[in-house]
Amino acid sequence: MSDFWSWFIIVIVVFNLLGCAGLLLWNKSISPEEAAKETTGHTFDGIVERNSPLPRWWLGLFIGTLIFACVYLALYPGLGKFEGVLGWTSTNQYESEVSLMERKTGPLFDQYAQVPIEELIQYPEALAVGGRLFSNNCAICHGSDARGAKGYPNLTDDDWLYGGEPAQIVTSITAGRNGMMPPMAAAIGGTDEAIRDMAIYVQSLSRPEVAKDADKAAAIERAKPKFMVCAACHGPDGSGNQMLGAPNLTDTVWLYGPRIEDIEQTIREGRSGNMPAHESLLSEERIHVIASYVYSLSRAAQP
Amino acid sequence: MSNAHERVEKNVGLMIVLTLIAVSFGGLAEIVPLFWQKATTEPLETLRPYTALEMEGRDIYIREGCHVCHTQMVRPLRAETERYGAYSVAGEDVWEHPFLWGSKRTGPDLARVGIRPITEQWHREHLRDPRQVVPESNMPAYPWLQENPLSWKHTERKLRLFKDTFGVPYSEEDLNQQLAKIEGEWADATEEDALVAYLLSLGQERKEITQ
Repeated sequence: MSDFWSWFIIVIVVFNLLGCAGLLLWNKSISPEEAAKETTGHTFDGIVERNSPLPRWWLGLFIGTLIFACVYLALYPGLGKFEGVLGWTSTNQYESEVSLMERKTGPLFDQYAQVPIEELIQYPEALAVGGRLFSNNCAICHGSDARGAKGYPNLTDDDWLYGGEPAQIVTSITAGRNGMMPPMAAAIGGTDEAIRDMAIYVQSLSRPEVAKDADKAAAIERAKPKFMVCAACHGPDGSGNQMLGAPNLTDTVWLYGPRIEDIEQTIREGRSGNMPAHESLLSEERIHVIASYVYSLSRAAQP
Repeated sequence: MSNAHERVEKNVGLMIVLTLIAVSFGGLAEIVPLFWQKATTEPLETLRPYTALEMEGRDIYIREGCHVCHTQMVRPLRAETERYGAYSVAGEDVWEHPFLWGSKRTGPDLARVGIRPITEQWHREHLRDPRQVVPESNMPAYPWLQENPLSWKHTERKLRLFKDTFGVPYSEEDLNQQLAKIEGEWADATEEDALVAYLLSLGQERKEITQ
């Protein structure tokens, strides 16, 4: 702030305060002539209006606000460049708030960081902290109950695209994951029929009863040899590959829906599932606690 | 002291004039100096002007009333920066016309939404049907955005207005580049494309501070 604007503000503020004080002095009592008159001369329906000085209690409050203003301007910034005796700034206040929380929670996070994730799930407090962090950072996609949504994996079951061991969860959070299934229509023949056949075959991997229908059994026979191209990622038996994030097709967990139409769409258009990296957003200690929370979710589901 | 104040009390015209003078003190001391402070008139170094697509997305944001439920103003409080990212400073809004700070958070603050770990795909799904991805959301769905083709009718005028009247530093070359993209890669853009591009641009200028 330049000196000009500093003085501009100081002059206005001081003039304002003096003006208020002057106005008060000027009007704190009424003149003897006015007091001598019985009324102001206004009468309405026989009710007369009298004139009297300002009430003392009100006057006291007004003087109080003036004193408050002077004390405030001495302590806090308000008079141009003068920073106030306390040296308060909103940035300082924010930073002390942050560092206070850092001092309070830092040791806690350090302590948790020493405990391996497998053990940390025994600490209810750590899990509560992890749950809060999860709500703030993960719930937007994986849901507040961590059960996911179409395209966003459920974290409470024991089915993992990239592995459910603590180290793998930490990697998923820290570095993110890029799942990419290319469109496969052309590779398996390109016709609508070929795609339908393959979708039926994929469905039959987790639901053997599908094959009981004669038409579908025929479709499965037609599609089976072509599954070779899928096997590169999903494995010859369709059980997936966690190195690539290729889902297991033999269980009943469907990230993009279990209907024939959903599977056909996946084959036709491919899918891409992108888990963003969090290393720049969350400290290692926090990721450790979130990973414990996530790890605990699927443990809890098990008997 | 004789009571000359009575003259003020009994003369409405004089009373109005004196009241206006008294009221103007606040604005003179608190607002006028800001017009000349670098902190409020100079853009952040990392600030970059909107692309044509983002500019149109911003207007859709305004048209659909997003700013009624979403603020774009992170206050310097730990609880807010923890949730949203670095607090807002004046320098990031120098080129905002009108600014979209908002005043009520029915939904979360969006000032940093572009640097949150949220994918473009999520934004699209969320705009089409918020409850598909966030079951407890009370945000309305905007499914028509994906079908409405974006109107480029006024874009050039908008860009020129920002350049010439508001002093946003687009060069002629920038403008030509943007106009070429409107003819080319953005020719078939939908309103959803524009809105998502705008959302992803929010907060980029404060990325390093957040990290």
